[in-house]
Amino acid sequence: MKHTVKMTINGQTQSHEVEPRLLLVHYIRETVGLTGTHVGCDTSQCGACTILMSGQAVKACTVFTVQAEGAKITTIEGLAKNGELHPIQQGFWEKHGLQCGFCTPGMILAAHQLLERYPKPSEDQIRHQLEGNLCRCTGYHNIVKAIQWASENMAGAKAGAK
Amino acid sequence: MATATDTRLFGKSIKRREDPRFITGRGNYTDDLKLTGMTYAAFVRSPHAHAKIRKIDVAKAKAHPGVVAIFTGKDLTGVNSLPCGWLLPDLKVPPHPPLAVDTARYVGDPVAIVIAESQEAALDAAEKVKVDWEIRPAVTATAKAADKGAAQLHEVAPSNVAFKWQIGDAAAVDAAVKSAAVVVKKRIVNQRLVANALEPRACVARFEPATGDLTLWVTSQNPHVHRLLMTAFVLGIPEHKVRVIAPDVGGGFGSKIFLYNEETVCSWATRQIKRPIRWTSTRREAFQTDAHGRDHVTDAELALSREGKILGLRVKTVANMGAYLSTFAPAVPTYLYATLLNGVYEIGAIHADVTGVFTNTTPVDAYRGAGRPEAAYLLERMVEAGAAALKMDVAEIRKKNFIPKFENGYQTKVALSYDSGNYGPAFDKLLAMLDYRKFRTEQEAARKQGKLIGVGFSTYIEACSIAPSKVVGSLGAQAGLYESGIVRVHPTGKVTVFTGSHSHGQGHETTFSQLVADELGVPIDDVEVVHGDTGAIAFGMGTYGSRSASVGGTALHMSVHKIKEKGKKIAAHLLEASPGDMEYVNGQFQVKGFPGKAVPFGQVALTAYVPHKYPEGLEPGLEETSFYDPSNFCFPFGAHACVVEVDRDTGKVKILRYLAVDDVGNVINPMIVDGMVHGGITQGVGQALWEGAVYDDGSGQLVTGTMMDYALPKADMLPFYETERTVTPTPVNPLGIKGAGETGTIAATPAVVNAVVDALRPLGVDHIETMPLSAERVWKTIQAAKATGASQKR
Repeated sequence: MKHTVKMTINGQTQSHEVEPRLLLVHYIRETVGLTGTHVGCDTSQCGACTILMSGQAVKACTVFTVQAEGAKITTIEGLAKNGELHPIQQGFWEKHGLQCGFCTPGMILAAHQLLERYPKPSEDQIRHQLEGNLCRCTGYHNIVKAIQWASENMAGAKAGAK
Repeated sequence: MATATDTRLFGKSIKRREDPRFITGRGNYTDDLKLTGMTYAAFVRSPHAHAKIRKIDVAKAKAHPGVVAIFTGKDLTGVNSLPCGWLLPDLKVPPHPPLAVDTARYVGDPVAIVIAESQEAALDAAEKVKVDWEIRPAVTATAKAADKGAAQLHEVAPSNVAFKWQIGDAAAVDAAVKSAAVVVKKRIVNQRLVANALEPRACVARFEPATGDLTLWVTSQNPHVHRLLMTAFVLGIPEHKVRVIAPDVGGGFGSKIFLYNEETVCSWATRQIKRPIRWTSTRREAFQTDAHGRDHVTDAELALSREGKILGLRVKTVANMGAYLSTFAPAVPTYLYATLLNGVYEIGAIHADVTGVFTNTTPVDAYRGAGRPEAAYLLERMVEAGAAALKMDVAEIRKKNFIPKFENGYQTKVALSYDSGNYGPAFDKLLAMLDYRKFRTEQEAARKQGKLIGVGFSTYIEACSIAPSKVVGSLGAQAGLYESGIVRVHPTGKVTVFTGSHSHGQGHETTFSQLVADELGVPIDDVEVVHGDTGAIAFGMGTYGSRSASVGGTALHMSVHKIKEKGKKIAAHLLEASPGDMEYVNGQFQVKGFPGKAVPFGQVALTAYVPHKYPEGLEPGLEETSFYDPSNFCFPFGAHACVVEVDRDTGKVKILRYLAVDDVGNVINPMIVDGMVHGGITQGVGQALWEGAVYDDGSGQLVTGTMMDYALPKADMLPFYETERTVTPTPVNPLGIKGAGETGTIAATPAVVNAVVDALRPLGVDHIETMPLSAERVWKTIQAAKATGASQKR
């Protein structure tokens, strides 16, 4: 039996009939066609599918699509606003926080919540908060640097806005 | 905007040009592709390590809604064995059908493909395929594979022996051992690893009946190699009717070099059903079927003089090949391993004896470093064990044995001739970064407080820039290992660069445009790099063995040179000068020493395509192709150090510092090289402390079959790394580049293990046979050492 779901993804309303077993990550990738959210494992270890669901960083492989009824979802495609990169995206670029790019969308969105929790995180806090996201290329060195860069520049932007 | 006319790009850490698409989620990976009429594949795999297939019943599965087709091994008529591309003398090459026909030989061995209208339907139907299995005894342990009574895998390989191979001078080693003051003997196990590129393998195969063209999108490090192996050896379809595209690929680390069962079967099946097929590996399938790495059991002997000079090294290694021979498997534990056992040391004599064995496990092939990490690990453990036996400082013993500086060749005892080396200064730089003397003082103080703190060193040599075709051909390679590079200058002076190497994280789109923009003196934004498409690129051998910049880059450098030479002729004609009097400076062709008498690059480009005023006999167009075949390998080297603290109560190892000095020759983009060093170190640390593929001995099940069970390094397990470089350019290629992709992985494992052993030394520990040094293993080592210590006191 199929269910009708309705949610907002990157500000656009999406409504589809889905099987109850359809994982949110597959809905986002295959049904909606946003392929920036990746699948790197089957056991919720890698974090490549991390999205923002009602403000929380969530692994989209741990959620059934039907559970996202009414949710406000941001995927990596929705993070840059008006063609301007989010400071976290900019930080990953500036600090070479990615190599193959496959973990990157999940890393960036995990970092998004991290910086909401800890706007000025210590190195340990960054490393601990990234524990649910695997990267096989960078050794995390430059990912941590990228998030530190973002933290500094987001604070700067906020201060500037005042 | 900065242009290359006022700044040299070679050597600059410019930001990566590929990043904008990745950080905005606009990458283009194979699984992202959706084609009209797409079908989806799932493979039925053996749940047993070794089992005869009595019968496969597909009736129920075929009746499942949405199923398009199901094929078993018997259906694949006219399909040959997956080839082995490196043949050793007397190598036993068993058949390797893309779908097992009579017998499955490892957990995950595919036996049928189910193709359906949706991924879900394919997976559901695959569960309805009934295989009548006759389970057979299995063998998985490397050291037991050739034992009497062990399960036999292949008729062609009695006692499961794939090959016996040796190198070096056995008699000279015997003599060295006899004359030695100290002989250290150790068993060293280099455990099996799983590459775990974060993007699982995937393919999309599309046959177009109207033209007979087949397009295969595949997660490949070398699309031309994929095409050649698949068309010429397995499927027998014409190479020119097949286009292989490796789009954005999410990491490889070796595991995406090889021709695998799945893309072969999908390429065959799309011709049957005449619809596109997509297959994407699950992570569990990746653990079971991506070629694994390492898996050596070695007995080694190191003979030393009283003064600590290395007189001889004897190595006996059993290398696990897994159930079949993967594409380049036989080369890894032989020519990429034993030939590196000379390290950076003067060694009196070396002999290595390697036996390759078949087991009921996933095939083993190259994983980042491929043979060279095994060699470095062995040598660096033995050198530190030797220092312990002589009660000599671990830094001092290394300094005593370093090969002195050389610029043009050093002949090792194991066939290779190193290009250039200056090993002492790299190590001295490392000692200074560490402040070694101070560390030993602090360590002494910490030990008095009961803390277990240790430092471990490693030095390493790597043979990369793979490889001189004639040399590898004489050693068994079935391919040449040159690289191609095309530079196409368009009429407007914009440039497209085509390289046969492939980027799956290495940043070719940045480094190669730096190289070409620099040499042509054009803005970097005017250069585009194309890779990963056999439809666009002449030919290519791909990316592995740290070869892209040194071999692929040199091919581009050669093409740029040809462009300049042709440009000089065109410009000379326009200026009514002699081509011999022309030079290319700051983006313009000018009469030597007369910047005022010049034609800009763009005008020469336009003239080449609008050849109205043009030299007689010169072809229009401005495009050059080069194939570069290196004259030798290149040999990066370096020295790494790791400082650890071991928790006495839990056995947990914490890395306090990690320091690296690498010498990879000249560097195009330091930021990118540093990034690769970081990642490499992490994989090496992962092997030392956490990673390891474990098979259950009886059932042959892969126990570490998911990311829950196989411990990959995470951010909170690691420190920031302290990295430096020395620069010793190679004389082998005109760019002086040696190669940087694998150094960290080669160096890190021994540094970490040596550090843990050093930390445990006060407890009487001088060796730990097997990695990873998980908390459990270290704790057990501590308990055993305490028990031994206690019994000795009694």
